[in-house]
Amino acid sequence: MHSELFAYRKAPELVSGKGGRYRVVVVGAGPVGLCAAIDLAQHGIDVLLVDEDNKASEGSRAICFSQRTLEILDRLGCGERVVRKGVVWKHGKVFLRDRLLYQFDLQPEAGHKRPAFINLQQYYLEQFLVERAIETRRVDLRWRNRVISVVSGTHNVTLTIHTPDGDYSVECDYLVAADGARSPIRSLLGLEVTGQVFRDRFLIADVRMEADFPTERWFWFDPPFHPNQSVLLHRQADNVWRIDFQLGWDADPEIETQPDRVISRIRAMLGEARPFTLEWVSVYTFRCQRMRRFRHGRVFFLGDAAHQVSPFGARGANSGIQDADNFGWKLAHVLKAAASDRLLDSYDAERVPAADENILNSSRSTDFITPKSNISRTFRDAALQLARTHPFARTLVNSGRLSVPHTYLGSPLDSGDHDSFSAKMSLGAACIDVPLTGRAGPAWLIDQIGNHFVCIYYAGGDRLPPNSLIECLRDGAIAAEPIVIGTVGWPLTAVPEHIPAFIDTHGLFAKRYDATPGSSYLFRPDQHLNARWRTLDVNTVRSALSRASCLHASTLAAS
Amino acid sequence: MTLITDAHLARPDDFYEALLHAHRGLSEEQSQLLNARLILLLANHVGDLDVLREALAAARAGIIDQESQPPGTGSGGKEST
Repeated sequence: MHSELFAYRKAPELVSGKGGRYRVVVVGAGPVGLCAAIDLAQHGIDVLLVDEDNKASEGSRAICFSQRTLEILDRLGCGERVVRKGVVWKHGKVFLRDRLLYQFDLQPEAGHKRPAFINLQQYYLEQFLVERAIETRRVDLRWRNRVISVVSGTHNVTLTIHTPDGDYSVECDYLVAADGARSPIRSLLGLEVTGQVFRDRFLIADVRMEADFPTERWFWFDPPFHPNQSVLLHRQADNVWRIDFQLGWDADPEIETQPDRVISRIRAMLGEARPFTLEWVSVYTFRCQRMRRFRHGRVFFLGDAAHQVSPFGARGANSGIQDADNFGWKLAHVLKAAASDRLLDSYDAERVPAADENILNSSRSTDFITPKSNISRTFRDAALQLARTHPFARTLVNSGRLSVPHTYLGSPLDSGDHDSFSAKMSLGAACIDVPLTGRAGPAWLIDQIGNHFVCIYYAGGDRLPPNSLIECLRDGAIAAEPIVIGTVGWPLTAVPEHIPAFIDTHGLFAKRYDATPGSSYLFRPDQHLNARWRTLDVNTVRSALSRASCLHASTLAAS
Repeated sequence: MTLITDAHLARPDDFYEALLHAHRGLSEEQSQLLNARLILLLANHVGDLDVLREALAAARAGIIDQESQPPGTGSGGKEST
């Protein structure tokens, strides 16, 4: 499938005989490495992306992509393809034995461009990302190129890369390791990853079948067709269904992956009459662990290379893509001299707590799904039994707490709230989407921000917009692109054509951001909220921008 | 709010009898389950995590001689890598 996309070509260094010199080398062309490379490319940075393999992922692997991931993929130029190919879902059902315990809705409120989740096989996501990377013309994608040595120096990083045509060496300013859970870069640098191994095994079976089950996440505790264990059913694209059987620690992976054995398990679940074909089978165990730091001089670790979680909660690929989202603009700003190198330290400061949040949630889910002692099983069973009749107990049942974006609370890049905002959104949170009406018709807030700093001015009442003030945001060492959002009835014509302007048609911006006339919001290039004020003051915005770019030591010292 | 440890039960003897009565005719395993369900119901009724933590600490105090602090959450069955 699409073999041309993954075709091996002889590296130019092996033709010329000269070593290569690059600003950024990304190792690992999985979803995370590809997202990082595309993000840098969109910022005008040329990237060398190497991968030891020459194909997309084998089997479906990561399948659940969250709303936040879809918003990031939109910003990277391939969200629409992913959503069109994927299956949209937001409902889940939890069963105990043969009865429904309760159901949940992951996106109870309307007014978002993207759904709570889509399911799509990882190989499709990788294909779309590879195509997008090629489209940027700034990503030099090299398959069957394996890094075999790394020397990380003060001024650069030197790599030796092995290919079918021999070895060559390259130098780069920064190295991005997105090379997966067994990260060869991590090993080559002698760095550790620490955490917990869980004593349980799970069988993943992807089956192709015609079925009219609703597109929902179904999770069984102790079902009649697989007693004493849990089972998860999820729909993917092309009528492929993911079935995940808990097996217990004593299961033998060799025996459990034999087709006859797998087929009989699936027949027990689906009934003898339903025809299906087996697409992919794998037995896995998992760990919850991370590196102590994700930055090591000029080397950065992203995704599974930096941290790993159990699959319950869809926190693996989603958090890795959020790493790339956090990292891309920072490195781009540093390379373009629009920020201090210290900005890169904030990748570590912001994403380590994000990894801890994911590890905590995924460990708790695992403790519920796989009780570690008799008493822990007793409490688990008690919660499950009570959940049938008592709503409170449903909040204790944990079949996976599904991925939500991490809020960078207390980030070194923000200067804290000085005005009072009552909305539940806090500084450091990812943009909450809002439907708007622009000059050309309906629009989504999420599509208006990202890739650079954006300052939103909320206009209302009978005051004229402070157009000259808003224009000033574009001046100065670091610019913020201004956007005006006005209350219903407010005249868009009062804003000059070259400034994007929208009407808060449903009043949802006011509600979700606790906006009053004059309120202003500064968003980072990764769409996270960096600052907000009740009145717009250009000097205050500039000071916030300096801090968010780590440009002036004085603004940092002031805190 | 802090955990109430002074006498607070309306009719202590009646409660104690009702508690034992609830376990009548249950196997050891069923009694364990009843206790677990009761704890979850009462915990939800209390609601306040600080109070519940105080209660957990008070319940654990003195059971193991030296350490009154429980070990790291959910450590059984896992190993460090």
